[in-house]
Amino acid sequence: MYRNENVSEENTLPTEGGAIPALSREPDAGHAPTPSSGLRHVIALELAESLRARWFLVYALVFPGLVALLFAFTLTESRVLGFMGLSRLLVTYIQVCMAILPIFVLVTTVRSVAGDREAGIFEYLLALPIGLGAWYWGRIIARFGLVFVPVFIALLGAASWGWIQDIPFQASTLAIYSALLLALTACFLGIGMLISVLARSVDAAQGSAFVLWLFLVLFLDLILLGTLIEEHITAETAVAIALANPLQVFRTAAMALFDPDLVLLGPAAFVILDFFGHKGFLAWAVFYPTALGSLCALLGFWRFRNSDLP
Amino acid sequence: MTIRAQHLTKRFDGTPVLDDLSLDIGAGDRIALVGANGAGKTTLVRCLLGEYRYEGKITIGGLEPRKDRREVLRRVGFVPQLPPPLRMTARHLIDFTARIAGCDAGPIDDMTERLSLDLASLTGRPFVKLSGGQKQKLLIACALGRPCDLLFLDEPAANLDPDARGAFFSLLEERIGQATMLISSHRLDEVAPLVGRVVELDLGKVVLDDRVADAGALTDRLHCIVELARPDEACRAALLGWTLQGDEAGLLFAGEIAGPDRLRFLGTASRYSGVIRRLEIETKAPS
Repeated sequence: MYRNENVSEENTLPTEGGAIPALSREPDAGHAPTPSSGLRHVIALELAESLRARWFLVYALVFPGLVALLFAFTLTESRVLGFMGLSRLLVTYIQVCMAILPIFVLVTTVRSVAGDREAGIFEYLLALPIGLGAWYWGRIIARFGLVFVPVFIALLGAASWGWIQDIPFQASTLAIYSALLLALTACFLGIGMLISVLARSVDAAQGSAFVLWLFLVLFLDLILLGTLIEEHITAETAVAIALANPLQVFRTAAMALFDPDLVLLGPAAFVILDFFGHKGFLAWAVFYPTALGSLCALLGFWRFRNSDLP
Repeated sequence: MTIRAQHLTKRFDGTPVLDDLSLDIGAGDRIALVGANGAGKTTLVRCLLGEYRYEGKITIGGLEPRKDRREVLRRVGFVPQLPPPLRMTARHLIDFTARIAGCDAGPIDDMTERLSLDLASLTGRPFVKLSGGQKQKLLIACALGRPCDLLFLDEPAANLDPDARGAFFSLLEERIGQATMLISSHRLDEVAPLVGRVVELDLGKVVLDDRVADAGALTDRLHCIVELARPDEACRAALLGWTLQGDEAGLLFAGEIAGPDRLRFLGTASRYSGVIRRLEIETKAPS
């Protein structure tokens, strides 16, 4: 096999001849900027790329738009099941968030990440000396901010408007709502990243995300749980199945903020409150989805690092 | 930088795309990696970039691209066959590349100038919205403007106009002996003048590994004269595309092309052999 005998084994790029960038054996040497693993550059890149994307424009308008609509329909002045004022509006908002946020996070995450891989963006950018951890976690951090900020701004906007209008509302409720939304975002972002890594095409990733969301929504149905109980499954088992569903956990916790005895849930409330207690359940509602999302993100990273990148 | 691949096998769904491939590339080698679609060229390059898992062993400058990917990639310039659909601007891409590679963005800017890419005119335009040629020039600038001594170029000149090709060949000429180059193409005539060795892949195996002898330098210019027997609009358009100047009657064309484009130009001319009365090509050494 041919070998070029005239060139030494080691690298011999000379430093003279200004037009050619000189290679240093120590890339950090001299006055050149220090190469980093790229975490903050990847975050900045992901933010910049997403802010230019149409999905983000739509997403950023949806949640504040919803709050505006809810105000426009004077929901704060209505009374349903004992909820009134800003509480009534936020109960509605949180229900809408539960319906929209997970599917939006899942679909945009898998479309973005799996789409970038399919389009050759991974091939090109991962041929640059970016750390795989920086690439993966940088994208997650940036997306977390992108997804959570519009939802939080809408929530904050509603609370501010309520405060201006002198509508009674407790600040602690706002804080717990924010924590619940944070947990829900973390959960579905982690799941979305795992799906993106496992699926080898955008179509497969999108299909899997949709099926998963549908599966979780189905388990929201307490009638289903009623059927399980009718089938002689113990109430504890049925409630445990329900509470393994992050959507159900979120929904129940949001409900518990305004209905501390969970009267609306029926008999399941006894099992939940006996086991967790009111505060314990709220803590679980923040911890569990966050832990589930983090676990999925970690699994995704392990898989990403140990599989073909593009 | 030396590259050594030993018993390299890469399978997709059980089907080997690289099949027990072994290849030694010396520091400073310029290699054309040719083969039909599906021969394994892109897969080999992705393995060398540490992007694919594989069986066998690869070392680049003594390091494993998968295990020591950042150390290896810091010294690699890569131009992909298809430009990625990035939404960032040209300026952002250059700055991002420089920051990640830990180098100055100035030399990359210089490269864009030498490739006649006016960065100022691209302000605010996303990379994905640029023309094919502009994207290619920018990717070449990002690869060649970095302090790297290993270049993986996948069909690098495919979207370039004749002038930009000439500038690109000059840039490669400056790197001869200093950087190892692996230039991938499915057509040998595209890359033969750029290299000193040809490796042909077929079904994931090396089926040809040979030297290429080309007396010309990459910076040579060829003075061409083409005389037509009769005016022909298609031929005229093709020759003007090569930046040759024509007379008013549309019968006589003359101009210069880049030396490494000799085969491509003859390929163009061969399509109009029926109307070409005279064809002269004279090599002019670089001034």
